[in-house]
Amino acid sequence: MLALALERVAYTANGQRIIDDLSAEFTAGERSVILGANGAGKSVLLRLCHGLLQPTSGTIRWNSGGSGKPRDAMVFQRPVMLRRSVLHNLTYALALAGVPWRERKARARTALAKAGLEALAKRSARVLSGGEQQRLALARAWALEPTVLFLDEPTANLDPVATREVEAIIQAIHSAGTKVIMTTHNLGQARRLGDEILFIARGRLIERAPADVFFRAPASVDAAAFLRGELP
Amino acid sequence: MSEAIVRALGLLAAFDRTLLEIAGLSLRVSLSAVLIAALLGLPLGAAIAVGRFPGRQAAIVVLNAFMGLPPVVVGLIVYLALSRAGPLGPLGILFTPRAMVIAQALLIVPIVAALTRQIVEDAWREHREQLVSLGASAGRAALSLLWDTRFSLTTVVLAGFGRASAEVGAVMIVGGNIDGVTRVMTTAIALETSKGDLPLALALGLVLITLVMLLNASAYFIAEAARRRYG
Amino acid sequence: MIRTMLRLLLACLLALTAIAAAWSAERFITVASTTSTEQSGLFKHLLPAFDKRTGIQVRVVALGTGQALDLARRGDADVVFVHDPAAEERFVAQGDGVKRHEVMYNDFILIGPKPDPAGVAGGRDIVAALVRIQAAGAPFVSRGDKSGTHAAELRLWRLAAIDPTQARGRWYRETGAGMGPSLNTAASMNAYLISDRGTWLNFKNRMDLAVVVEGDKRLFNQYGVILVNPAKHAHVKRDLGQRFIDWLISAEGQAAIAAYKIGGEQLFFPNAAS
Repeated sequence: MLALALERVAYTANGQRIIDDLSAEFTAGERSVILGANGAGKSVLLRLCHGLLQPTSGTIRWNSGGSGKPRDAMVFQRPVMLRRSVLHNLTYALALAGVPWRERKARARTALAKAGLEALAKRSARVLSGGEQQRLALARAWALEPTVLFLDEPTANLDPVATREVEAIIQAIHSAGTKVIMTTHNLGQARRLGDEILFIARGRLIERAPADVFFRAPASVDAAAFLRGELP
Repeated sequence: MSEAIVRALGLLAAFDRTLLEIAGLSLRVSLSAVLIAALLGLPLGAAIAVGRFPGRQAAIVVLNAFMGLPPVVVGLIVYLALSRAGPLGPLGILFTPRAMVIAQALLIVPIVAALTRQIVEDAWREHREQLVSLGASAGRAALSLLWDTRFSLTTVVLAGFGRASAEVGAVMIVGGNIDGVTRVMTTAIALETSKGDLPLALALGLVLITLVMLLNASAYFIAEAARRRYG
Repeated sequence: MIRTMLRLLLACLLALTAIAAAWSAERFITVASTTSTEQSGLFKHLLPAFDKRTGIQVRVVALGTGQALDLARRGDADVVFVHDPAAEERFVAQGDGVKRHEVMYNDFILIGPKPDPAGVAGGRDIVAALVRIQAAGAPFVSRGDKSGTHAAELRLWRLAAIDPTQARGRWYRETGAGMGPSLNTAASMNAYLISDRGTWLNFKNRMDLAVVVEGDKRLFNQYGVILVNPAKHAHVKRDLGQRFIDWLISAEGQAAIAAYKIGGEQLFFPNAAS
């Protein structure tokens, strides 16, 4: 059984405390949405979990029942693609993940098909639209067959149509059995995609609750204010 | 000037054998030098861009400063090294095209490396999180970014070629400007200037500029076509 | 991408081996000589004849006499062919060269602007002319590069009991360059200078310059040829180099030197001791 445990994690950069004494545990299954205003520390929290940043203090431990760190992947707010074809962006990621050479193309094509990008396989990734690139980023992450997928504001730069397409893919990834942990500051998206909500403010975990409970009756003043549209 | 243009056109139209040999040697020497400089300078620049090691900033400053290495000094150093009395004397390659290739390569490695460092570092800033997230090692990331910035890097390599083919001080010293052996366009121009045949010197200069222009133009259009395709 | 890199590498290796192959096949010697012999066009006239006769390619590195001797001292040439008898004797005496052979001579000439501000044109006395140039403070260009011509010029100033370096930066201007560049400089600043006749005859950018003094015995310009000492530098091509020297001082070589003319005027006069 997967478990990602954060224990009294703090992160300081340039003298500023961005994550402050945060403890939490994630298990497989439900979709966890980290909600909070801009600058609350959501993105940094994801990067700490993914290992892009090291906590200043505290520990982050993975437990997957003995077989080491499970595979995790991350999709960023702004997709970054290499200057090569859509297909080769995927096979590149698979190569880095140690997937044998013979399997890469087939796995990449499968992932592209799931993201509805098959037709674009030969196109250069850098000339795709923002929405297409973000779907490609999701396909790239999905091709890695991660146990956990982190998503950092995956639709922040997208129009409503592209947002819906991206959300559908996130949904599909979840349905296929991957644990989804994502940040957003979009309440509608949190409602649509969240099974549980972690509400963050000033680098601290203020409140954690099942989505329906959170949106119906937030327990904290901060969360209530955020839901009313006031900045905490 | 008009006499020079007429003579340049005359030289080109006549496919003068000596001129073709000299121009051919110029291209061979400078292209070999640029190839070697690219093989050394591109990885070196990328490594400094991506790597984090003590003395990195000093390395960048040195590279940037060495972009302006005086050709005569490089020529002198290579001469002293390749001279029979020097450490590499037994190779016996002083006054050969190979010595000229070495001098030109030394001259442009810093140019290729310094500009590559700048371009790859900018790309690294954009790609770092994604590549680290995918599990790329620093070395792998450096290679991937070299490939990713290949269109900008063609300009870098062309800058190196331009410097190599325009250079006269270093190849004069280590090549000796030997007729039929190490005489290239620039040293031939210097020689004709010495003889006071300024129109012929200028005509050779125009031929050299034309050659470099043609090479740059073809490289530019190939890179542009690829850039349009890959974004 | 790796395939592209490999292709690049392959192309690089091919280019290098092609260059290496092209330059190792032939029999050749390296001759350190002077700009005056190269720029007068003498070698273009002589070397094909020697090559035809012996199949030996002569690669000429043209420098000032001083530089040429230095180069040979480092072992970077097989033969030196220069024109500063005093320096050549020293070169042999110090064991750097085997034996000095006289090959040919021509003469130095005093070149000056046609308006002739020092009033020396038409004279035959070079020493008197130099005295007048100094007195007039007329611009004078010196090679200043330790070449044979530079050495000859300094010798003439000594004969005139003048130290021109006192006037350095005023009327006495040292270019530190070869004969041709110095002629270019003199042409554009209307200065006097000492030149060897060969380079002058083959020089095209004369502008307002003309020969003002010639024919003085003290303007004699002797060329000599020396094999670099193989005992000092084992790689020196003793046999090929000696064949070049032998040919230069043979009847055939001497005749070839005498046959070189520009505009009907003979540039070098063979005078090897036969």
